[in-house]
Amino acid sequence: MAQPNATHGLGGLKYDPSKKARPQELNVFIAFVAIVVAFELLGRLIMGESFLFNTREGTEGLFNTQRLSIIILQVSTVGIIAIGVTQVIISGGIDLSSGSVVGATAMVAMSFAQTALVNGNPNPKAIFGDWAMDLPVLLPILIGLGVGLIAGLVNGALIAYTRIPPFIATLGMMVSARGFARWWSTGNPISFPTESYNAIGTGMNPVFVFIVLAVLFHLIMTYTKYGKHNYAIGSNEQATRMSGINVDRHKMLVYVIAGMLASVAAIVVSSKGQTAQANMGVMYELDAIAMAVIGGVSLQGGRGSIIGTVIGALIFGVIISGFTFLKLDAYYQEMVKGAIIVGAVVMDQWRQRARTRG
Amino acid sequence: MSNFILETRGLTKHYGGVHALDDANFVLSPGEHVAVVGDNGAGKSTFVRQITGVEQRTSGQIFFDGHAVEHAGPLEAREAGIETVFQTLALADDLDVPSNLFLGRELFKFRLGPFSILDRKAMRERTMEALKTTAVKIPNVDNPIRNMSGGQRQCVAIARTAAFASKLVIMDEPTAALGVQETAQVENIIRGLKERGVPLILVSHNLRQVFDLVDRIVVFRRGRIVASLRKDETDGNDIVSYITGVKGSEEAAA
Repeated sequence: MAQPNATHGLGGLKYDPSKKARPQELNVFIAFVAIVVAFELLGRLIMGESFLFNTREGTEGLFNTQRLSIIILQVSTVGIIAIGVTQVIISGGIDLSSGSVVGATAMVAMSFAQTALVNGNPNPKAIFGDWAMDLPVLLPILIGLGVGLIAGLVNGALIAYTRIPPFIATLGMMVSARGFARWWSTGNPISFPTESYNAIGTGMNPVFVFIVLAVLFHLIMTYTKYGKHNYAIGSNEQATRMSGINVDRHKMLVYVIAGMLASVAAIVVSSKGQTAQANMGVMYELDAIAMAVIGGVSLQGGRGSIIGTVIGALIFGVIISGFTFLKLDAYYQEMVKGAIIVGAVVMDQWRQRARTRG
Repeated sequence: MSNFILETRGLTKHYGGVHALDDANFVLSPGEHVAVVGDNGAGKSTFVRQITGVEQRTSGQIFFDGHAVEHAGPLEAREAGIETVFQTLALADDLDVPSNLFLGRELFKFRLGPFSILDRKAMRERTMEALKTTAVKIPNVDNPIRNMSGGQRQCVAIARTAAFASKLVIMDEPTAALGVQETAQVENIIRGLKERGVPLILVSHNLRQVFDLVDRIVVFRRGRIVASLRKDETDGNDIVSYITGVKGSEEAAA
């Protein structure tokens, strides 16, 4: 039981901390637990096996670690993008270009990550001459991040200085970056990366990258000027401008960070697949937005958190995995995915109406 | 140059063909509290927007603190020492009280460009102090502004202005949407500014309030200043006749 704490109240008003609204993240987490429990029950009722726990004979451990690690591995790549998208949405914007930036980055980075000899023969997928072969792994990484940086700069400049809606600016980038990815190697896949490039996405590395970036951006959004201003702009851009904050420059940075996080995801995913294709990352932007919205990030801006998005990503992964577990067709998965996104936005609207009612 | 804190000479603002403000000559002495009154569309808010740098004047001069000034935006005006409470609240609804008070002038533990680490504890402590001196009643400063009543939000906006007031405070109808108690609170803040010797321009429709609080009353009518009267030289009826145009037609000037 929380004690009423009068020291919080100013001017003689009593304040009872136990009446404080539950943090949004807790609600999302409860939903996450409920969904896991639902799949567990459905699994036991319909499939006769457990979703969560290890029920196989002769294997160790309490949990079905195989399924759980697949879930978290699957969400990690798009989760990295969702971190960037979260801070964009909190600033009152949207980024539809991240999936295409993944494609463009994968193509460019991979063409500088190729190895000269494949089984003793020259690399059949070589994009450049010998000068671009067997480069140190840092180079394709930096060049890849540069692609996201440029895409983010263009997005940010369009939004901040021409004042066109972020939806339009990033839609344009979505189409252009995809076109660029196809043009880069005239539609051909790029393969046979160096061993060190391959190593980036092996094992649980993508999960590790996701967690490190999530923690980093949680700290940034909570404890730094950047985070505070991001919430302020999404909450009331006019007031933030009036307070003397350089909103335009801040927005540039927001979209640059989103672009570069998309590039990180591209490097991880192309390394994991050991190949880059122009169609990589199609629909990733919508999955990332869905993770954020499910995690309680308001499309109106100003509200949400990285923690929420991480839980949102887990919910997303559990639902996809649960459908596979229940042996439902991929068609159903897509249809339900769409319904979940719309449902999450509807719930956000309800929350806001409940708030304005007081 | 002069011993006025603020002086405007021939201040004029046209919006296309509309003469919203015409040849306004206005002075404010150090420590003086002046009310700006007038009907809707008389040019009060236009006048405020020119001084605070929100808009750029068509012609005329503004002297602040002894210098001719050209404030390109509200930030420059604020940095020069002009704090304003705007009619539309300049608050971020999703932020808590300290974040709003310190928006754009945060305190830092550690400087690192845009990723500078905020000193949340110091900001919270100074917020509590600022709110105590203004006697504002807020149940919990850590709540987002969104969850507060209109009066509480207005008090936060005014506390923000009062806390950082250095040379001049401008309030554009600060009590327009407030209840009786909240209005009294705001009026107390204004009296506190008077005691501290901070000059004030108060735009208000409430003549009772104006006579309670200020030293001098300036009447705007159709974009012109038609009267500037010391409180003890005038009364409510007199002011109303200037506002409605019974007194002080074209030939009258401040």
